[in-house]
Amino acid sequence: MADALLEAQDLRKYFPVTSGGMFSRVKGYVKAVDGVSFSVYPGETLGVVGESGCGKTTTSKLVLTQEAPTSGSLIFKGKDVAQLRGRELKEYRQAVQVVFQDPFSSLSPRMRVGDIISEPLEVHSLMSRQGIKNHVGEVLELVGLPADVSRLFPHEFSGGQRQRIAIARALATNAELIVLDEPVSALDVSIRAHILTLLEELQKELGISYVFIGHDLAAVAHISDRIAVMYLGKIVETAESLELSNNPLHPYTKALFAASLPSHPDEDREEMAISGEVPSALNPPPGCHFHTRCPYYMERCSEEEPRLKEVSQSHTVACFLY
Amino acid sequence: MVTATKTLLKVKDLYAQFTGFGGARVVRAIDGINFSLDQGETMGLVGESGCGKTTTCHAIFRLLPPAGRIVSGSIEFDGQDLMQVSDGEMRNIRGRDMGMILQDPMASLDPLFTIMDQVAEPAHHHRGIRGGTLRERVVDLLRSVRIPSPEVRMREFPHQMSGGMRQRIVGAISLSGGPKLIVADEPTTNLDVTIQLQYLNLLRDLQQETGVSLIFVTHNLGIVAKMCDKVAVMYAGKIVEQGSVRDIYNNPRHPYTQALIQSIPRLGNKDPLYVIPGQPPNLAELPTGCAFHPRCPFATEKCINEEPPYVSFGDGQESKCWLSVEDAKNG
Repeated sequence: MADALLEAQDLRKYFPVTSGGMFSRVKGYVKAVDGVSFSVYPGETLGVVGESGCGKTTTSKLVLTQEAPTSGSLIFKGKDVAQLRGRELKEYRQAVQVVFQDPFSSLSPRMRVGDIISEPLEVHSLMSRQGIKNHVGEVLELVGLPADVSRLFPHEFSGGQRQRIAIARALATNAELIVLDEPVSALDVSIRAHILTLLEELQKELGISYVFIGHDLAAVAHISDRIAVMYLGKIVETAESLELSNNPLHPYTKALFAASLPSHPDEDREEMAISGEVPSALNPPPGCHFHTRCPYYMERCSEEEPRLKEVSQSHTVACFLY
Repeated sequence: MVTATKTLLKVKDLYAQFTGFGGARVVRAIDGINFSLDQGETMGLVGESGCGKTTTCHAIFRLLPPAGRIVSGSIEFDGQDLMQVSDGEMRNIRGRDMGMILQDPMASLDPLFTIMDQVAEPAHHHRGIRGGTLRERVVDLLRSVRIPSPEVRMREFPHQMSGGMRQRIVGAISLSGGPKLIVADEPTTNLDVTIQLQYLNLLRDLQQETGVSLIFVTHNLGIVAKMCDKVAVMYAGKIVEQGSVRDIYNNPRHPYTQALIQSIPRLGNKDPLYVIPGQPPNLAELPTGCAFHPRCPFATEKCINEEPPYVSFGDGQESKCWLSVEDAKNG
């Protein structure tokens, strides 16, 4: 396999919790991301699934250098992102772009579409004014909008069209990696299919890599090549998309699949309703974080933490059952 | 389950519209819909944003906003026509005979009252339950929606609960008056998947215990497949197809229903998704003829000019499409 475009090695992000006040003491840490390793290859989509509070959005912020990791490193094309300065850091930020969940709040209502898309180009001063104008037209056509909409404001568009504009903005700097943070969750069913299909076509055409974050398992499994399942700051299982759908190993992954809704009333699903809710990340259970909800709980699970283990080619799982 | 089936709710030729700009602009949000619901039955009301599904629920509760009004039609609930009852009587029906679960529990719970106050209110107000009996009823209700240690938790406030617990409490409130019908408007959209499954299973258990009828308003066809006995698909203010869940999934007759089912990603299948071209129409400027014709792959001249009638098939399935007219002719 080719070299990884982006590689995360044992990435951690701890947020301190203080007692408040002027002379506050640090009472503890929320371990939002706790030792996460993954890699994204060129032209590939890595899906990240998990429930709220599992650390998927913090992971995306680390990749986007909006947060600095507490420890661990991110390697982009062989270079450590934490060491990048000045022009190199700017280049990294051009190459790594983001599309957010809600296109109603991610586009400034006071800027014209053309200005929204050209802003990253101006920041990174890539082109002349006329060059920028032509380029905006090109990326708008890539996402299936006519070039002359650049005069309009975001409120003149529907949700699906706005998400296209957000994708066009991410493409404007010739991004190599786009972090998609729940890009279809806020959209209607028929529009979801539009956006997912558009993303797949763009990837085929331009060879971009995606990190696709979501909690709708079926959508993530549809678009991803590989999937990482996160629970309370840790990756509990990674596998190729189809392998994971057909053969989920970790009890949490199994529960997630069992909880995803049937696509037909006659579809019989192994029901594995796990009880309880996700524990607080401030005070996660010892050992395997999932043991409080796990139907296969053994004594060992609350004492020792399972490590990610390769069970078959490119299928790793962190569970004592395997 | 209730064995003797009795019709609980019958909506007939219901039209509702919103007017704006001093009557200059009329939006026909509900455009002649018909459906009925038996006791203990669950119906799914599916469609995209702006298709009129939420307006339908509000109309059943007679809670349309000031700009909206029911133009004609009847809503027969438990033997009486809701269009004829007085406002005062309607207030008694809401909460006592019908309950509602909305999408965002934080918006439907009052942050200044304890859980106990809010769960007790319908039982106190509509059923005249007081004192110790009322407390017992609240504890029972909270226990039935699986709130741990209800005696303690009922003294707490909504902000002390997790998202899943809040939505379960809204469920307890909707059951508190002992209703015959609960309308759930996108009840699990804000919940995580494992919590969503817990909540749906809980609603189904509660329904089996109490025999209440449920209307699920959703755009998630998975919820419909899991929960509902029958389903009505809405498009641009009209029900374009309805029938039993099995018939609709196995043999969708309307092109819109077919497209909706094909546009959903399925687990373990990476085939390209079907993409419905275009956008849902603006209700103020509806296309002529069949409202779906600009997006329909089978549209003909006739679809552009003439609105198709409802066609009934023997098994209770109904579809509003010229293709179904042909289907019915050919048997």
